[in-house]
Amino acid sequence: MGLLEFIQENLLAIYVLAFAIILGFEIISKVPTVLHTPLMSGANAISGIVIIGAILLIRSSAPDDYPALILGAVGIILGMLNVIGGFAVTDRMLEMFKKKK
Amino acid sequence: MELKILLDIGYFIGAVLFIFGLRQLSSPDTARKGNLLAGLGMAFAIVCTLFYPLETGSNNYLWILGGLLVGGTVGWIMAKKVAMTDMPQLVSLFNGFGGACAVVLGGTEFRNAIVHETALSNTGLFILLITIFIGGIAFTGSLLAYGKLQGLVNDKKVTFNGHTYLNLILLVAIIALLVFLIATGAVDQIWVWVIFVAIILIYGFSFVAPIGGADMPVVISLLNSFSGLSAAAAGLLYNNQIMLIGGILVGASGTILTLMMCKAMNRSLMNVIIGGFGSSNTSAAKGAVGDQVAIEVSINDAAIQLYYAKSVVFVPGYGLAVAQAQKTCKELDDLLEANGVEVSYAIHPVAGRMPGHMNVLLAEADVPYPKLLDLDDANAKIKEADVSIIVGANDVVNPAALDDPSSPIYGMPVLEVWKSKNVFVMKRSMNPGYAGIQNPLFFLDNTRMLFGDAKDTLKKLVTEVKSL
Repeated sequence: MGLLEFIQENLLAIYVLAFAIILGFEIISKVPTVLHTPLMSGANAISGIVIIGAILLIRSSAPDDYPALILGAVGIILGMLNVIGGFAVTDRMLEMFKKKK
Repeated sequence: MELKILLDIGYFIGAVLFIFGLRQLSSPDTARKGNLLAGLGMAFAIVCTLFYPLETGSNNYLWILGGLLVGGTVGWIMAKKVAMTDMPQLVSLFNGFGGACAVVLGGTEFRNAIVHETALSNTGLFILLITIFIGGIAFTGSLLAYGKLQGLVNDKKVTFNGHTYLNLILLVAIIALLVFLIATGAVDQIWVWVIFVAIILIYGFSFVAPIGGADMPVVISLLNSFSGLSAAAAGLLYNNQIMLIGGILVGASGTILTLMMCKAMNRSLMNVIIGGFGSSNTSAAKGAVGDQVAIEVSINDAAIQLYYAKSVVFVPGYGLAVAQAQKTCKELDDLLEANGVEVSYAIHPVAGRMPGHMNVLLAEADVPYPKLLDLDDANAKIKEADVSIIVGANDVVNPAALDDPSSPIYGMPVLEVWKSKNVFVMKRSMNPGYAGIQNPLFFLDNTRMLFGDAKDTLKKLVTEVKSL
């Protein structure tokens, strides 16, 4: 399969990828220092989106495939720690920024 | 079929919420709402995934619910209980969990392919390997960063001369194994996978080991972008758009944040990764020349000078966080302002151990946002100040960065505190800073030392100022 063929078949995905990268750069490039920590922490919580994969993994497993189920549940716990912990801690930080007004 | 379309729309809304959430997170007035929006986007993504029609499997909702509850509850408690001063290590730890999740996913998919004897396409295999690779570095790298920040791991004990070569060898080994696996298709052996994962996890540790000191904010931000990229790679694995978009957004924004911080230190990312600052102290500690004497100032004297100054600039650093002195600092600030002193705070871009660390701590102590000055504004203000008072900062106020080409931090923009009339330095002892670099600032004519724990010293100053 040639490269051109690959590009043609995945054109939409390549569009999405390119736009997401540009968007990510654009969104952040003018952020003030004061927000570096919350921004990083909030983005960190978003990276917990990997939990979706763990949910799909468990859902598509057989009910007696215990290794897959256990590993999947571990994945969900890890992902959820990242998601909930990340958003909660970011909110706590931002709450403090708000207070003094 | 209709359900599927609805859920696809739900995913789309989730992705849009991520984008708006990040956008609003980067502006002070809307940041909190932005975080909530991003959280809502995540809720959309999770709920849609729970009901998305799949071709195989028996849902196993109990397992999912259990995982969500356990992870959610523990994460919530950790986030609520942590002291603000321990924030950098917690963020790092959470990031490690995300990376670990990607590794577990990759590993399980691997195992499934072997057990169920499903053939992986070359592309599929490549994506799987990359997911484990990036996620693994984010996982163990973040764990070590956590250990360093928590004070469990001593920088010097985990690294050695020529560490870069070890990292290079590991990296080459990983890439070789990756190529080997794809070329030969020898993927039906569990042990091959075990070795692959083991080397990657070791590499994650080894990657972060030589990086320390003022470079911690950079590496945390870099690892954050890694965990985003591993999520994106996993998104390709499951052909799931929102994982892909969410992961790429984090990867791209994390990368730009990392580069911004490198730029603030006037160094390249490569230079940070090699670890020139944190570990090498070849010429550094030797700078302690015998005939140089740092002069102390009494609390009483310092209090008087502060109280009758026209303008005072606080320069906070990691020592402020360690001593948890931010509230006492604000107390002193209030007393001085009541006497008509103009008080401001000079914030160096890499002060502390996390990007924007000082801003968070001072916000906790209710210091108003406009009083915090960025590098350029701060340097302008410092020139006119009667007193610059340094609370636990060291490398970011080191004049050697400007005039000593042999210094490891030469070329880094610093806060030029020595240009104010007087400089007070709060410091535990005469030991060189975290990065092991001697600071000529302490020996200048207009510099006076206040030895002791930053919080104790600030408390004494508060008491003294009150009695004036």
